[in-house]
Amino acid sequence: MAAHLKKRVYEEFTKVVQQQHEDLSAKKLRLTKPSKSAALHVDLCKATSPADALQYLLQFARKPVEVESVEGVVRILLEHYYKENDASVRLKIASLLGLLSKTAGFSPDCIVDDAINALQNEKSHQVLAQLLDTLLVIGTKLTENPSVRMRLVEVACKHLTDSSHGVRNKCLQLIGCLGPVEKGAAKEVENQAAKDVQKIIGDHFSDQDPRVRTAAIKAMLQLHERGLKLQQAIYSQACKLLADDYEQVRSAAVQLIWVLSQLYPESIVPIPSSNEEIRLVDDAFGKICHMVSDGSWVVRVQAAKLLGSMQQVSSHFLEQTLDKKLMSDLRRKRTAHERAKELYSSGEFSSGRKWGDDAPKEEIDTGAVNLIESGACGAFVHGLEDEMYEVRIAAVEALCMLAQSSPSFAEKCLDFLVDMFNDEIEEVRLQSIHTMRKISNNITLREDQLDTVLAVLEDSSRDIREALHELLCCTNVSTKEGIHLALVELLKNLTKYPTDRESIWKCLKFLGSRHPTLVLPLVPELLSTHPFFDTPEPDMDDPAYIAVLVLIFNAAKSCPTMPALFSDHTFRHYAYLRDSLSHLVPPLRLPGRKLVSSPVSPSITPHEDPSQQFLHQSLERVYNLQHLDPQGIQELLEFTIRDLQRLGELQSELAGMADFTATYLQCQLLLIKALQEKLWNVAAPLYLKQNALASAAAKQILEATYKMEFMYSGVESRQVVIIHHMRLQAKALQLIVTARTTRGVEPLFGMCEKFLQEVDSFQRCFISELPHMQGSFVDKLLDLMPRLVTSKPWEVVKILQTTLRQSTFLHLPLPEQLHRATANIIEPTGESDNPLRFTSGLVVALDVDATLEHVQDPQGTVKVQVLYPDGQAQLIHPKPADFRNPGPGRHRLITQVYLSHTAWTEPCQIEVRLLLAYNSNRSKASAKIPKSTWSESLEALPQSETGIEGTIPFSKPVKVYIMPKPARR
Amino acid sequence: MPEIKVTPLGAGQDVGRSCILVSIAGKNVMLDCGMHMGYNDDRRFPDFSYITQSGRLTDFLDCVIISHFHLDHCGALPYFSEMVGYDGPIYMTHPTKAICPILLEDYRKITVDKKGETNFFTSQMIKDCMKKVVAVHLHQTVQVDEELEIKAYYAGHVLGAAMFQIKVGCESVVYTGDYNMTPDRHLGAAWIDKCRPDLLITESTYATTIRDSKRCRERDFLKKVHETVERGGKVLIPVFALGRAQELCILLETFWERMNLKAPIYFSTGLTEKANHYYKLFITWTNQKIRKTFVQRNMFEFKHIKAFDRAFADNPGPMVVFATPGMLHAGQSLQIFRKWAGNEKNMVIMPGYCVQGTVGHKILSGQRKLEMEGRQILEVKMQVEYMSFSAHADAKGIMQLIRQAEPRNVLLVHGEAKKMEFLKQKIEQEFHVNCYMPANGETTTIFTNPSIPVDISLGLLKRETAIGLSPDVKKPKLMHGTLIMKDNSFRLISPEQALKELGLAEHQLRFTCRVHIQDPRKEHETVLRVYNHLKGILKDYSVQHLPDGSITVESILIQATAHSEDQGTKVLLVSWTYQDEELGSYLTSLLKKGLPQSTS
Repeated sequence: MAAHLKKRVYEEFTKVVQQQHEDLSAKKLRLTKPSKSAALHVDLCKATSPADALQYLLQFARKPVEVESVEGVVRILLEHYYKENDASVRLKIASLLGLLSKTAGFSPDCIVDDAINALQNEKSHQVLAQLLDTLLVIGTKLTENPSVRMRLVEVACKHLTDSSHGVRNKCLQLIGCLGPVEKGAAKEVENQAAKDVQKIIGDHFSDQDPRVRTAAIKAMLQLHERGLKLQQAIYSQACKLLADDYEQVRSAAVQLIWVLSQLYPESIVPIPSSNEEIRLVDDAFGKICHMVSDGSWVVRVQAAKLLGSMQQVSSHFLEQTLDKKLMSDLRRKRTAHERAKELYSSGEFSSGRKWGDDAPKEEIDTGAVNLIESGACGAFVHGLEDEMYEVRIAAVEALCMLAQSSPSFAEKCLDFLVDMFNDEIEEVRLQSIHTMRKISNNITLREDQLDTVLAVLEDSSRDIREALHELLCCTNVSTKEGIHLALVELLKNLTKYPTDRESIWKCLKFLGSRHPTLVLPLVPELLSTHPFFDTPEPDMDDPAYIAVLVLIFNAAKSCPTMPALFSDHTFRHYAYLRDSLSHLVPPLRLPGRKLVSSPVSPSITPHEDPSQQFLHQSLERVYNLQHLDPQGIQELLEFTIRDLQRLGELQSELAGMADFTATYLQCQLLLIKALQEKLWNVAAPLYLKQNALASAAAKQILEATYKMEFMYSGVESRQVVIIHHMRLQAKALQLIVTARTTRGVEPLFGMCEKFLQEVDSFQRCFISELPHMQGSFVDKLLDLMPRLVTSKPWEVVKILQTTLRQSTFLHLPLPEQLHRATANIIEPTGESDNPLRFTSGLVVALDVDATLEHVQDPQGTVKVQVLYPDGQAQLIHPKPADFRNPGPGRHRLITQVYLSHTAWTEPCQIEVRLLLAYNSNRSKASAKIPKSTWSESLEALPQSETGIEGTIPFSKPVKVYIMPKPARR
Repeated sequence: MPEIKVTPLGAGQDVGRSCILVSIAGKNVMLDCGMHMGYNDDRRFPDFSYITQSGRLTDFLDCVIISHFHLDHCGALPYFSEMVGYDGPIYMTHPTKAICPILLEDYRKITVDKKGETNFFTSQMIKDCMKKVVAVHLHQTVQVDEELEIKAYYAGHVLGAAMFQIKVGCESVVYTGDYNMTPDRHLGAAWIDKCRPDLLITESTYATTIRDSKRCRERDFLKKVHETVERGGKVLIPVFALGRAQELCILLETFWERMNLKAPIYFSTGLTEKANHYYKLFITWTNQKIRKTFVQRNMFEFKHIKAFDRAFADNPGPMVVFATPGMLHAGQSLQIFRKWAGNEKNMVIMPGYCVQGTVGHKILSGQRKLEMEGRQILEVKMQVEYMSFSAHADAKGIMQLIRQAEPRNVLLVHGEAKKMEFLKQKIEQEFHVNCYMPANGETTTIFTNPSIPVDISLGLLKRETAIGLSPDVKKPKLMHGTLIMKDNSFRLISPEQALKELGLAEHQLRFTCRVHIQDPRKEHETVLRVYNHLKGILKDYSVQHLPDGSITVESILIQATAHSEDQGTKVLLVSWTYQDEELGSYLTSLLKKGLPQSTS
C-alpha cells in the first residue's frame, strides 16, 4: 500500500515538476545566469549515495545565490526532493528551501504550493518540522497576502496532531507568527472551522511534551506582540502552568501572566479557597512574586525583571514585597531595619551592642503565621538575597522602577537598597547606587542610612566611588550632623584617593546648594574660626580646604547671613576661587562688593528670555534684509556673527543655538565673499592668489557643514536639508573654481558628473523638503537640470555660476533644543613640568579622563588623537567599556592611551585631543528617508555619497610632556 | 500495602547525634551517624543495638549515608564501623570524605589525650573506617545494589554538605541533612528538583524562626570591625575551625580588599590550614562569586589573612585575629582574650551560640568581672558583640524546600519537639501532606502507593493509539489487551499474541439478547425499518442489511422473527461478541426504546 501510494505521489509530482521545468528553461534564457542551478542539478544527479548528495548540498549552501537564480535553484531542489528517499537529504533540501526563500528580493509565493504538497506526503517527523519551518519563512515574507497565510495556518493546524513534538512545536510557532490577528480578517476568509487561533493554541497548553507547551505559550505571546488582544480566559490556564515541572514552561508562563496583567489590570478574579476577589493585576503580581523563589534561576530572573514593570499594582501589595515578618521562637521580631529606625527616632545612638538586643518581643498567634503566602510577601527580600547575581540585579532594577512610580514604596525600599551597597559583586553594588540616585527625588536619607552609604566611599573601585558622588549630589539629608558626616567622609575619601578631587568638589557643590540652612550652623567649625583668636590662614592649594570652601560658598549663595561669619582671608580665597574654579563657586552677593553679573531668575521661561528674543531678532534681521547691496549684507552678517558668538559665551543654555546659527551665517558670509572676488571677471589662471581664497572658502564651508551636521545633538531633518544645501553650494563653488583654474576639460568631466549625481541624490533624499526651498540654489538648479545633463562641462560651470549668484539665502529654522557636543579633558591636566620618562621602543600608558557632553553614541564616534612633535598623528579607538554614562546626555571616558616613540634628546610636548568621527552614510538625513527610495538610490548610484568619513576635533588639545629615553645597554 | 519505616536513633525531636534508620522496599539504610555534644557517656553515640543484638550490622544494613562532616552527623562513624562492626559501603561527598577524618582525629585527640578516656576509637580505626567510604558527586546516581540507588543534591550549610535521595523502584525518600536556603559568602543555597519523593526527612533547627536578611548582619559585623580597627583597637573573633570561620574570613578578606585596608588579619593555626587547603580545592562546591572568579584568584588564597603566632598578640597597632575555640572556654582564643580584655579600644565578636558556663556565655550575658583560675579577677573593658551567623534553613526556607520537592509525606528531625509541633501544623495546613515527628527510637510507618510500570508491546500501543484521536494527558484511555505477569515482570500485549505465547485456543464469547417490538408489519419490513433507524443514528458505523434478512452493525448481528403467539410483536435477536460489549449494550438499549413512528 505504502509503495503504491508513494508511486502515485511520485507520478503526480513529476508532472508538476515538468511543467515548471519548461518554465524554468524559458527563464534561463532570459536570465543568462543558469550556471548555478544547472551545476547543482548536475551535481545532484551525479550523487550516488545520500551522503554524496548531502555533501553537494552542504557545499552549495556555503555560497550565496543571486536573486534571479533563486527560483531556478528552488525548482531543482524540489525535483530532487521528490525523488529522494533518504530523510537526511530531504531535511537538508527543506532547510535550503527556507534559506533560499529568505533571499532579499525573491518573492516565495511561487513555491508555497510545492512546499505544502511536499508536507502532505512526508513521513519523517524531522523533515516535516523542517518543512514547516520553511513555510514559516515563506509566510513571514508574504505578509501582505492573507490567503496564503490562512492556508499555511490551516496546514499547521492539521499537523498539530502529529505525534512528534518537533512538528507540533513548529506548527504552533507558525500559527503564532502567521495566525490572523484582526477579527475582521478572520471573518472575511472564514473557512470551515472558524479558526479561533487562541483556542487552538490554548489547547496545547496542556500538551504532554514540555517543549510543545513552551512553544504554545510563546506562540500566544507572539500573537500578542502582533497586536491580537488575548482573551482573559487564558489567565487561569496560564496560572496553572506556573506550577509546571519544566523551567522553560514556567518562564514563558510568567511572561504570559505579565502580558495578561497589563491587558486586564482592573478585572476581578476570585481568590481560590475563599470568597474574596481581587484585581487581576494584584493577583498576577502575587503570582509572579511567588516565582521569585522558584527553583530555577532563569525563572527567578524573569520574574524579578517583570515585577518592575507592574506599576498598576496596589500599594499594600507592593509594600508586602518588602515585608518578611520575622519571628524567632514563635515571637514576633523586629527587623534590623526597624530597630535602626527606632533607635534613630528615640534619639539614642550607640546601642545595638548588647546580646539579645534583637530579642523577640510579643508572642504571635501561631494560626496567623503564614509561612508560604500566596501573596507577595517578601518577594524582594528573597530576590535581593538570591544566590545568583543575575537575580539580584534584576531585583534591584525592578525595585528602581517601582520606586520611581511610588514615593511611599521608595521610602520603604531604601533600607534594602542601602544593604545592597555591600553586595559581594561589584556590578550589583553599582547598580544599586545608580538605582538610589534615580529615586533620590523621593527620599530623604536618615543618618544611619547615610552612614552606611558613606562607608562605601572607601571602596577601591573608582566607578563605585564616582557613582556614589553622583548619588550624594542629589540626595536630601535631614540633619546638620548628616552634612558634617558626609563632609568628613568625603574628605577622608579625598586623602585616600586624590584623583577623585574634581568629582568630590562637584559633589560638595550640590550638597551645599541643596542644604544651605544645614550648612549655616557648621560654618564656624568648618572654617575653624574663633570668636577671639585669629586662626592661621589655611593653605589655599589644599584640596581639602577647597572642598570645604566649595561647600560653604554654594550654601552661602542662598543664605545671605552666612558671609558675615567669614574671616578676611575667606573673602580673599573666594575671589581667587571664583576666578580659578568658576564652575564650582557661584557668584555671591558679598558686602562691599559689586556683583559681577546678576543671576537670571529661574522663573523666566526660555521663551520669554530676553536673550532668546535677541537671538531671534538678530536672525530675523539677517533673513529679512536679503536685497541689500553686497557690502551691506556682509557687514550685517559680520555683526550678527559677532553678536551671536558673544551671546553664546554669556548664556550657556543658548550656546548651542547661537553657535550653530553663527556657523551657518559664517558659511553664508564666506560664500558671498567668495562670489564677490574679482577672480570671476578676469581670465582665470592669472589670479592664483585670489583663487586660493575662494577655494579655501569652499573648503571651510564644507568643514563647517560637517560640523553642523554631526557635532550638534537635536538637529532635525529641516536643519539637515539646509546644511546639505549649503554643502552643495560649497561643492558648486569648488567646481567653478577648479574650472576656472585648470586647463583642459578632462578633469572637469568627472567632477561635473559627480556633482550632478550629488544634486540628484539630494533631490531624492529631501524630496519632501523641496517645496520649502523656493528660490534657493537647488530649486533653480533642478529647474535647469534637463539642460545641465545634456550640456558640456563649461556650460554647466557657467550655469552654476549664475545660479549661485542669483540664488537667495535660505532661512535656517531653529529646533527646540540644540546642544553642541563638547569634550573636556580632565586628565592629563597639561600642567606638569615633569616629563613622563620611558625607554624608547617600549610603551607608556597615559591615563586619559574626559567628560563628554551631548555626544550621541560615543562608543562609536569618539576617538583619541595623539600628535607627536614630528607631525606623526596617532588615532586611538577607546574600548566601549571605557565609556560610562553618569547621566542623560553626559558621558565619561576613562581610558589608557599607549604611547611609544623612538628616543629623543630633549623632553618634548605631545598633544592629546578628542575627535568626533563621522561618516556621511550614517548621517541623520539618510536615516529618515523612506526605505524604498533609499534602496533604489543605492542601486542607482552605488558610490556617490557613501564613505565620506572624517573627524572633527571637539576638545581643547592638552599638552603632555614626555621623554623617551634611549635604551641603556 | 508497601510501606516505608523510619526510626530515628538520634535527632528525633532533638538536636545532635543524627542517626536515622530507613527501611524502604526491603532495603535498610542508615542516614548519618553522629555523636551528641552534650553527653560524655554511652549516650553520646546512637544505640546500635537497636538494629541487632547479635551478629554483624553489615547483614542488616544495605548502606550508610553521611550528609556532611559536622561531628553531630559523622562523629560515631569509626565507633560504628570498627568497634561495633560494619563492612558495607558508606557514602559521602568528596569534600566530606576529605575533611571528615581531620575532624574525627581532632575529636579523638580531645577525648583520649585531653580527657584521658580509654576504650575509644584509635587513629587507625579512623583510617580503616575511611577506607570503606565511597565518594559521590553531586547529582550522580549511584547504584548501591541492583534496586537501591542514591543521588546527592547540593545543600549549602558547609562545604560538601549534601541532601540525599534514596530510591528503590518507584519509592523514594529524600534526606536533607542540614541545609541552608539562603546563600552566604562562600556557599550557595540548597537546591532540589521536583523529585516528588514519598517521604522528605528534613531538619528543623529553626522551625519557628524567620530570619532577617543576611546583609544587615554582615554589614553590622563589618562596620564594627572596621570602626574598631580605625580606632586602632584589636578585634578578637573566636571561631570553630571549620564552616563559619571560612565565611567570616572571606567576608573580611573581600572587605579589606574593597576598602583598601592595611591592618593585619591573623588566623590562629591548627585544623584550619589543612581545611583551607580543601576549601581551595573544592571550588565547584562554593557559591557563584567564588566559582566565577577563581580563575583570576582563588578566594581562599587569602591575601590579607596570615597565620597567627603567639607573639603577635602583644604587637602594637590594630589587628583582627580569628582564634579557636569558639566559646572562649580554653585554648588560644582565651589566652588572647585575657591579654586584650583590659583595653576598651578592643573588641571581641562572638559569631555563634555559647554554651552556659563558658567564658563566652558569661561575657555575652553582660558580666564584666570574670573569675579566672587562680582566683584572679579579670576586668573586661573591651567591647563585646554578638553576631549570629548560622547556616540552617529558617521556617520559610524549610517550606520553600518542601515546595520545591513536592513530597507526599514530610518527617521532621533535628529540632526541638515544641518547635517541630508548630512547623508540623503549618506544613499540614499549607501543603495538605502528612507530617511526622518521631522521637528517638519511635518508628513511623508510611504507606506508599507506588505506581507499577508495565511494558506494553509496540504493536498493541500503535494499534490502540491509531484508533482514538490524539492522546490526551488529561483523560484516561481505555485499552484492550492482555496483562501477563511472568518472572517478576508485567507485560501488556494483544490478546492474539498472548494466546500464541501461552499456547491456548481462542474461545468466543457472545451475548445474545431478545428485544420485543410492537410492529404489526411483516418481518422484512420491520427489519428494513430497524435498518433505517439504526443507519440514521449510527452514522459513524457500518450498518449493513444482508440479503438473508439480518442486519449487521460492525460485528453485531440483528435478526427479526415474528413472535410465535402474537404476530403483532416482533422479536429482535441481537448478538454480539464480548469485545463489542459497549456497542452491543448501546444497541439493545436503543432498540428497547422502540422504533420511531415511521412516516412511510
